Amino acid sequence: MTRELEVLAVGALALVEDLGRPGLGASGVGRSGAADRAALRLANRLVANPEGAAGIEVVFGGLAVRASAPVTVALAGAPAPADVDGAAVAHHSLVDLRGGQVLRLGGPGTGLRTYLAVRGGVDVAPVLGSRSTDTLSGLGPPRLEVGQVLPIGPEPNALPVVDVAPVPVPPGGTVTVHAVLGPRAEYVAEPEQLTAVEWTASSRSDRVGVRLEGGRLRRRDDATGELPSEGMVRGAVQVPPSGEPVVFLADHPVTGGYPVVATLCDADVDRLAQVRPGQGVRFVWITRSLP
Amino acid sequence: MRVLPFGDAALLVEVDGLPEVLALTAAVRDAQPAGVVDVVPAAQTVLVVVEPGTSLAQLERSLAELSTTALSGSVAAPEGETVDIPVIYDGPDLAEVARLTGLGEDEVVAAHTGTPWRIAFGGFAPGFAYLTDGDTRLTVPRRDEPRTAVPTGSVGLAGEYSGVYPRSSPGGWQLIGRSDAVLWDAERDPPALLTPGGFVRFTVAS
Repeated sequence: MTRELEVLAVGALALVEDLGRPGLGASGVGRSGAADRAALRLANRLVANPEGAAGIEVVFGGLAVRASAPVTVALAGAPAPADVDGAAVAHHSLVDLRGGQVLRLGGPGTGLRTYLAVRGGVDVAPVLGSRSTDTLSGLGPPRLEVGQVLPIGPEPNALPVVDVAPVPVPPGGTVTVHAVLGPRAEYVAEPEQLTAVEWTASSRSDRVGVRLEGGRLRRRDDATGELPSEGMVRGAVQVPPSGEPVVFLADHPVTGGYPVVATLCDADVDRLAQVRPGQGVRFVWITRSLP
Repeated sequence: MRVLPFGDAALLVEVDGLPEVLALTAAVRDAQPAGVVDVVPAAQTVLVVVEPGTSLAQLERSLAELSTTALSGSVAAPEGETVDIPVIYDGPDLAEVARLTGLGEDEVVAAHTGTPWRIAFGGFAPGFAYLTDGDTRLTVPRRDEPRTAVPTGSVGLAGEYSGVYPRSSPGGWQLIGRSDAVLWDAERDPPALLTPGGFVRFTVAS
């Protein structure tokens, strides 16, 4: 029997994501990939997939899938309550589905994005070496739709070694992230405002970036001329003319012309990707270490 | 050359101009310093992205060594191939560009096709390339009101740049014509028609 997942419900947004397509920035192609890479990696490790296998990124829960044949899955990231044919199953743990059984996710109590890994990986056709949907450029598979059938790849030789991963889930409350000043802090009048303000994640946040509200960063009056466009990274804190900063996530533009006042340390971008609209965000400086 | 911090997994190298950008980009690509996952050239900078955990101090030393070699003396940007792009010059902003530049519409077309454009860098969308070193008389501001949808293949001008839209998207460039050239095809290798360092020669489509 062909191993497939039939999509019965998608919630707010469900996308196929792996770890993206690195190395194509010069062609205007961003890396994309899972917004919370650590969560996708964890879900994949649980089912003994390669860490970069494609899974499903689910925003605010609401996904339901029916297995066509026996499959092993795992959930990580935002702890959406989940059940198989009505029987609750645990987060961060191995879940076996028999053919015909339905896995259903409720809304997570904390966090924003839940990752479903399936042993063998979601096997839609790759584009430029990746199965990730890039919502900005339109590359990769379309968003999941009800009725869609997702092929599952061959099971890896490796077997799962743990049943449960005792890993913390994304917290509620204010989330603290660590940032390095620059590269364009000199274009901003008071860059230290970034750490002084308790910011709030806007409802206009998406996979391109987390938009922050609650304060404004001003451009320096004597910052002459426009900054020529330059390459951007995941975690860049860009200051647009409105002064409300945007922190770039997985589908950020490859280049940009607004000054980047600071940049999150890479690991913290995953944690920021789990911040819900209305949740607080606080920045703390770290000094750049030179090993 | 100035090296700017860009978080814990990238460095931004600022250089004098496009020839230096292209020379340094080529040098980094050739040398492949440990941990590098992407090299993104732009107008005056080269972004070097690394795997998290890579030593930025080591990367900075590597970049300093590469730039010493690549940027010494007078820098000639690497020569790439020339791509011909036939254009139908009937864009909605052709008359406005003629007004802004003080040229006749025919003269705008002659200026656009008269000299090759250097493929500088990408970034706006897959397959889009900023083209520079064209006829300086064609320098025009962006439109005050960006269009919500610019059709695929539109040929535009903005600042010192020209460019061709690889797919329909919002855009603020002054549109002077349109082309059938396929700038982006994910099934093609490489998918982008225009590679930084090469040249574009616009011709009047017959």
